Amino acid sequence: MAALLNVDNLQVAFRGPRGEVPAVRGVSFSLGREKLGIVGESGSGKSTIGRAILRLLPDSARVTADRLTFEGQDLLGLSPRALRNLRGRHITMVMQDPRYSLNPVLPVGDQIAETLRVHGAGGRGRELYRKVLDILEAVQIRDPERVYRAYPHELSGGMGQRAMIAMMLIADPRLLIADEPTSALDVTVRRQILSILDDLVSRRGMGLILISHDLNLVAGFCDRVLILYAGRVVEEIEARNLHACRHPYSRGLLASLPRLEQPVGELATLQRDPAWLDGPVYRFGEEVSR
Amino acid sequence: MTASPMIVVDDLAVHFGEGRDSVRAVDGVSFQVHEGESYGLVGESGSGKSTVLRVLCGLQQQWQGRVTLAGAPLPKRPRRDFFLRVQMVFQDPYGSLHPRFTIDATLSEPLAIHGIGERRERVHRALEAVGLDPAFRFRFPHQLSGGQRQRVAIARALILEPRVLLLDEPTSALDVSVQAEILNLLARLRREHGLTYLLVSHDLAVVAHLCSRIAVMQGGQLVEQLSVEDLRRGSAATDYTRDLIAASSGEIIAQPAQST
Ligand SMILES: Nc1ncnc2c1ncn2[C@@H]1O[C@H](COP(=O)(O)OP(=O)(O)OP(=O)(O)O)[C@@H](O)[C@H]1O
Ligand SMILES: Nc1ncnc2c1ncn2[C@@H]1O[C@H](COP(=O)(O)OP(=O)(O)OP(=O)(O)O)[C@@H](O)[C@H]1O
Ligand SMILES: [Mg+2]
Ligand SMILES: [Mg+2]
Repeated sequence: MAALLNVDNLQVAFRGPRGEVPAVRGVSFSLGREKLGIVGESGSGKSTIGRAILRLLPDSARVTADRLTFEGQDLLGLSPRALRNLRGRHITMVMQDPRYSLNPVLPVGDQIAETLRVHGAGGRGRELYRKVLDILEAVQIRDPERVYRAYPHELSGGMGQRAMIAMMLIADPRLLIADEPTSALDVTVRRQILSILDDLVSRRGMGLILISHDLNLVAGFCDRVLILYAGRVVEEIEARNLHACRHPYSRGLLASLPRLEQPVGELATLQRDPAWLDGPVYRFGEEVSR
Repeated sequence: MTASPMIVVDDLAVHFGEGRDSVRAVDGVSFQVHEGESYGLVGESGSGKSTVLRVLCGLQQQWQGRVTLAGAPLPKRPRRDFFLRVQMVFQDPYGSLHPRFTIDATLSEPLAIHGIGERRERVHRALEAVGLDPAFRFRFPHQLSGGQRQRVAIARALILEPRVLLLDEPTSALDVSVQAEILNLLARLRREHGLTYLLVSHDLAVVAHLCSRIAVMQGGQLVEQLSVEDLRRGSAATDYTRDLIAASSGEIIAQPAQST
């Protein structure tokens, strides 16, 4: 099966006052119709990878790759017009912060209706209204009629996140990059949202990149996981084997989790080792040098 | 209980909107938090948790009921000084920082507003406390990762040396290692300075780590209170709470012994 997305030696650096600062250093992976998790500490480059794929980085970013293709199309060589067509239609990204991506001066329901229209799935009048309500209900919004008329600042954190997810559901993309899509949701609502995503992958053959800090979530939900450290993939592993990861950085992340059943006084924190920057990496349990 | 209550919330109600769009975001909520205690609020998304916190720090001025902070009743139109001792860390690390302020300006501003000196030193100390290099002072929020921004937000709350910290999902934007550092930091600050915490989180393991008592909210109401021991044991009174606990303890990594 041809991969949906191929990323080969992706490099991103941000130009700053004191020269370039690398944010992504030689990341390679391919994605089929599956659920790929990307985890790693804050600042390790997770969102930057997502934005690089969608070409959403600012001009101060220098992006290079030996290969960056979506269904065989070279993403780096795409015209602005072809890019716009791809974004939001075939590839969509749920941004880490929902309130940043919702229009603050438009009622949430109107924004969803507009998205429906753009994708030619709208209908008009009552029909369109009903569709929006159905979508809000699908993401577990309790009182969809009120939320339809609410402005983004009138929603709770988790409601905003769900409105974003609702909009992305409409686009029916072939590749979805979800950056911390459930971080503001309680566990029961989260379960429902994840099952919607799972459905899209298994039934409609969507590819999913799930960026998250939540190791439990990624272990239980994804197929495969990339663990990112300082812009580099230091470990790739099947999600179900995440508990048996090998890289000391990965192990350190696991060790720092609080556990409901096992109280501890002080949580373990990472002791970073300079050798992780360029040292050996692990693939599916085996050490490979680079 | 011998400790005196630091926070008393009695029959608190907050309504938004009118007519068909009206919503009882908080609907008759009562609880008390003792001085030096760490109290957790968990529950459904949209159940009113952030709204309760916003009332307590003066951001939500339309409310009914009685609220007492450190023995003083919360007035409906409080003066700014009233909240010197109560600081909030917001759920959303993006919206809570001014995009055109450097980190230095963000951290110095509350000091300036309240006429507090030694600003440089205090800014340094606050950054250090949250594990950020002092060089970050000259950056703008968009030049930071999500987790780095949240650390700045915590530093800003700490800078006035408050007695009560209202923490709205303080670590949900952080990676687990920084989360561990922040949770250890919060535990240490509470021990050393006798701080009182009111913590909102969706992560029951985080709540259990930091809090001794937990309240569960659903649809604007406080449906049950339980001790951390009960939470860990999974002995809860309502189906909703049991469901929350079940969903959290089924987690794969949390139980390495049971996974294959
Ligand atoms: N526009 C920018 N200008 C300069 N540096 C940037 C910019 N955007 C990101 N960076 C830097 O690039 C690095 C990677 O950031 P990125 O946002 O990808 O991290 P992340 O892994 O998504 O972190 P988090 O989990 O905290 O969201 C960080 O060190 C960040 O400070
Ligand atoms: N300014 C506002 N105007 C109108 N309604 C509001 C406003 N702020 C909050 N609400 C409503 O109040 C209810 C409670 O919101 P709140 O933010 O307190 O929930 P929460 O428990 O913090 O949820 P989450 O876990 O998703 O953050 C929601 O239904 C929300 O739509
Ligand atoms: Mg990010
Ligand atoms: Mg909230």
